[in-house]
Amino acid sequence: MSEITTEQVAHLANLARIALTPDEIAKLTGELGVIIDSIAKVSEVATADIPATSHPIPLTNVFRPDVVGETLTVEQALSGAPEHDGSRFKVSAILGEEQ
Amino acid sequence: MTDLTRLTAAALSEKLQAGDISSVEVTRAHLNRIAAVDGDLHAFLHVSSAALETAAAVDAKRAAGQTLSALAGVPIAIKDVLCTYDMPSTAGSKILEGWVPPYDATVVRKLREADLVPLGKTNMDEFAMGSSTEHSAYGPTRNPWDLERIPGGSGGGSAAAVAAYETPLALGSDTGGSIRQPAAVTGSVGVKPTYGGVSRYGAIALASSLDQVGPVSRTVLDAALLHDVIGGHDPRDSTSLRDTWPSFAHAARAGKESRSLAGVRVGVVKELNGDGFQAGVHSTFAEALELMAAAGAEIVEVSAPNFEYAVAAYYLILPAEASSNLAKFDSVRFGMRVNPLRGGTVEDVMAATREAGFGPEVKRRIILGTYALSAGYYDAYYGSAQKVRTLIQRDFDAAFQQADVLVSPAAPTTAFKLGEKLNDPLAMYLNDITTIPANLAGIPGMGLPMGIAPEDGLPTGMQIMAPARQDARLYTVGAALEALLEDKWGHTLISRAPDLALAEDFAATEGVV
Repeated sequence: MSEITTEQVAHLANLARIALTPDEIAKLTGELGVIIDSIAKVSEVATADIPATSHPIPLTNVFRPDVVGETLTVEQALSGAPEHDGSRFKVSAILGEEQ
Repeated sequence: MTDLTRLTAAALSEKLQAGDISSVEVTRAHLNRIAAVDGDLHAFLHVSSAALETAAAVDAKRAAGQTLSALAGVPIAIKDVLCTYDMPSTAGSKILEGWVPPYDATVVRKLREADLVPLGKTNMDEFAMGSSTEHSAYGPTRNPWDLERIPGGSGGGSAAAVAAYETPLALGSDTGGSIRQPAAVTGSVGVKPTYGGVSRYGAIALASSLDQVGPVSRTVLDAALLHDVIGGHDPRDSTSLRDTWPSFAHAARAGKESRSLAGVRVGVVKELNGDGFQAGVHSTFAEALELMAAAGAEIVEVSAPNFEYAVAAYYLILPAEASSNLAKFDSVRFGMRVNPLRGGTVEDVMAATREAGFGPEVKRRIILGTYALSAGYYDAYYGSAQKVRTLIQRDFDAAFQQADVLVSPAAPTTAFKLGEKLNDPLAMYLNDITTIPANLAGIPGMGLPMGIAPEDGLPTGMQIMAPARQDARLYTVGAALEALLEDKWGHTLISRAPDLALAEDFAATEGVV
């Protein structure tokens, strides 16, 4: 059984910016332990001499001419925003009080 | 008297070109069918209000003597993972509820340019994470063969829609089997093209190195006709291939007409025909192989020893890429925003939004991906999984030395009951055991009807795989096998699906011309 703890899951949730409830953290801790035990087998065959594949069909130097293309208008870009002021996205404070 | 919803896209195309029927008639018939049966099925998340207008415009173009594409005027459903500027695009998630993108996915633009008629958006597991469509935030889709069973996933909506005659064609996306496995369990056809063969621009990304958009239909020829429309290079997708592709419709017609597999070396992948598979999947697979041999195919057994590690590698690579891709759902630029009760910083708002907007499977995979990419674990997990990917590609290379195409069942079982695997993530993950290797290697694969399992009367599916860039081979071999099976049965497989009760009488009559 892998060493996943509730503290670890709470930390991962914080990194992933998901405000999980204590119940969710408890449930995920158990599930992740089982899943990780089953997928850890990849290390059995992944020896040092085998190169990694990041893309199934590798391409190199995919460039386009450095010219202005067709882009969204400001209105289009803001059309799906939860909150905006007509030219910019609106968000709450970036820094908390203690920062 | 022909029920237009029963015709294939190829047949509709002929009748439209001959002027026997109009696109408005075809589109109305399918909208009526949706109105009659989708209350039970729930294949659609959104039905277009513009479909009849679009169809009328195509009819007007034809009346004016314009030269139109083969599929002009034929209706199509679009998986909700694809951006459409005139319809909501939610990817099955609450976090994107009601979001209408400011642009079309390239494949959708190509559909419109070829004058197909979009009928609506189809249901899916949230962000394509699942094998049963039960992880949709909007409720599951049901299987037209048995409403108590799953239609596969993540593209259960597209597969159920074609299987239930709500549309002749649909688009899907396949990251680990989301086109091929639903095809298998609904008695329909679905193709995952070579990675890079079809543009991913405007497809809401799950795992960028695995995702591929492809056709969903009731026949191999129909899938080929649609693949011809959506394929090809797109400068907006940096992983798009610059290849010139042959006509897949031509390849399918050649296979259908010859009904011959003379000289074709068909490799049976030993590791993808395992002990845990359902008896009726084994028996229908064996029967299909006999039929292929009788048609001249040389059946050889091939071994792919590293496929044993494919599911494990996939469930590291996919969550890792998904956790990165889904970081964009940050409550700032699009989608839902939830403000915490006592206010907070932008990061508190993000965390509250993502807690409320994502379902349990999405959270599970984001946390797993975040773990796999963490410092200290990266090499052991993500790095090792990428090495397994190399080993799987080598297994395929070796197998394709011995065979022109590889075959396996497209799913290990027939459709299971709703709820049966919902609380067991690992059991759910194993549904894609036969389809995942093709995504890891980037090669094309097709799912098509193979038979009916004697023990439960439900459809089983065959998977055909070809080397990268050899998608045409799938269509030739697939169309030949489809024709041979239908000759043997004396009917199509999908014609054996039970008639769905029509909810309203007027719909039944309106759908007939």
